[in-house]
Parts: sequence; structure tokens; C-alpha cells
Amino acid sequence: MRGGKTGEVRLDDTDRRIINTYQGGFPVSPEPFKDAARALGLEEEDFMERIRRMLDQGILTRFGPMYHAEKLGGGLTLAAIKVPEDRFEEVNTIVNALPEVAHNYAREHALNMWFVLATETPEGIAEAIERIEVATGLPVYNMPKKKEFFIGLRFEA
Amino acid sequence: MSIDALDRAIIKATQEGLPLVARPYDAVAEQVGTSAAEVMARMRSMLEDGIIRRIGCVPNHYALGYKANGMTVWDVPDSRVDAIGGKMGALDFVSHCYHRPRHLPEWPYNLFAMVHARNHETVDARVEEMAASLGEDDHGHRVLYSTRILKKTGLRIGG
Repeated sequence: MRGGKTGEVRLDDTDRRIINTYQGGFPVSPEPFKDAARALGLEEEDFMERIRRMLDQGILTRFGPMYHAEKLGGGLTLAAIKVPEDRFEEVNTIVNALPEVAHNYAREHALNMWFVLATETPEGIAEAIERIEVATGLPVYNMPKKKEFFIGLRFEA
Repeated sequence: MSIDALDRAIIKATQEGLPLVARPYDAVAEQVGTSAAEVMARMRSMLEDGIIRRIGCVPNHYALGYKANGMTVWDVPDSRVDAIGGKMGALDFVSHCYHRPRHLPEWPYNLFAMVHARNHETVDARVEEMAASLGEDDHGHRVLYSTRILKKTGLRIGG
């Protein structure tokens, strides 16, 4: 989904409780929806139907496990380019064409294009960066994380 | 900690989501050709190893009304970055917090924290609070708002 097009959707209290309770901790058990529903005093069918509807409405982008990309053996980095304004669309097209580019955001700064590269192997990062530099003629600022700090956020619905 | 072919098959079968059926791990097991007990054992062990960060809802924060997303970047002393990053990452409005390399002279910032709120005013107020709590360790900071999403696909593993 292209972010931002969904608009704000109305949620009822039960939807909110589901989102606020289960941004993690969904059971690994034979009938997890039944277990998860019971913990909130809901029926299994109601719980599943709400998840289905929230996925359809774009309130949830996904329901399931979130994997840790680097631990799967791939490469991951954040990179940025200073793109001259009059070349922005052209460079955007080049960068987005790489399947290794997972996210790309325009931001307010001289470094105005910021993207995440995800590759199957750690070595793939340098190759992808070189391809972008050759195709655009612009230097890529590579900012791989040195350390990730504990992430506390759960979005409150 | 390493993943084998069965783990990989389970990851491929679930990275876009769990099947919305009463017995989802049975459905995954059938798809990858093993038992539900084996799928559940693998998933528990991947959770323990941090290969799975968590299982549940992945909300679209725009749809929940978190429309302002500021990438805040900070120039803090390298000797203090772990302590400061630990504190920033634990703030409930910070979704990601990373130590990253500087690119001097034009990019002096070594700590990134993504701040989410319902509007820019709230993000700016949060940043003020963060700066105040850093005191002398704040050698400079910026908030880079996103003006456009140019591409957004999930991270996928291939074949």
C-alpha cells in the first residue's frame, strides 16, 4: 500500500483493544485465534473477522510474524543521496527500479532522498550502491547501522 | 543460531502474514510439508533467537492517525552514544533508534531516532524534550520530515 492514501478509519473499542494488545505476543498454539480472542473476552470468529476487515481497510498492513532481516543472513542499510531538484524524478526512477530498494522517502534536507536497501547477502549492499552511483552519477551516502537500540514503540490505536 | 531449509520455507510461507484460519500453523505445515507441531517448535525457537521480532498486528500508522513522522538525527559524543541511544529507544514515541556513521563534514549526525505523532507540532515538542534531556551532549540535531513516500515494499527473502 502507498502510505497516506488510506485516510483515517473509524475503529471501535474492540478493534483498538486488539491492536493495542496484539502488536506482539500472538500465541503459537494449535488454535491461536481462539486463545487470543478468549484473552480479550471475545469469540474466535469475531476476532478473526475484525483482523480480516482491518487488513482489507488498510488499518493493518500485515498480520503475522515480523522477521529480523539481518538475522536471516541478508544485508540491510539506510542510504541517502543529494539529488539536484531538477533531476529528482529521473533519479527517483533509477533508484526505485532496483528490487533491493525496499523503502524510499523524500525528505527535507540537502540529502533529500533516503532509502533502505535490503539484499540477499551482506556483499549485495556495496554492489547495489555502486549500481546506483554509476547510473545516477551521484554519490550515495551509506549509513549502515552500527547498533540498534531497544525499540519500545507500540502504536496506540 | 542459523536457519535451515525448513525454517526458510516457513519464513517464505508466513512473511506476508499468517493464514486467517482457525488453525494457521496447520495450514503453514501443510504448505511446507511438515507437522503443525514442527512449525510451532520452529517459530518458538525463531522468536527466542530474535529471528522473529514479534507475531501479531502490523498497523499502518498513517491509518491510525500518526501522520507526522520525523526522522530525528543527533550529533552526540561517540563515548555516550550507547547510553543515549538506550534512553531514546525506550521512549514510547520512538519507533526506531540506531547508531549510524557520520559523513563529515556535511553529515555530523551519529544517532537516528524516528519520532511518530499525530502532527508536526507534537513531533517538534517531543524533539524539544529530547534535546533538553540531552543537555550538553546535544552537539546539534535536525528533524527530517518525509515529504513523500517514493517507494514502499516489504522486506522479502527470495527463493
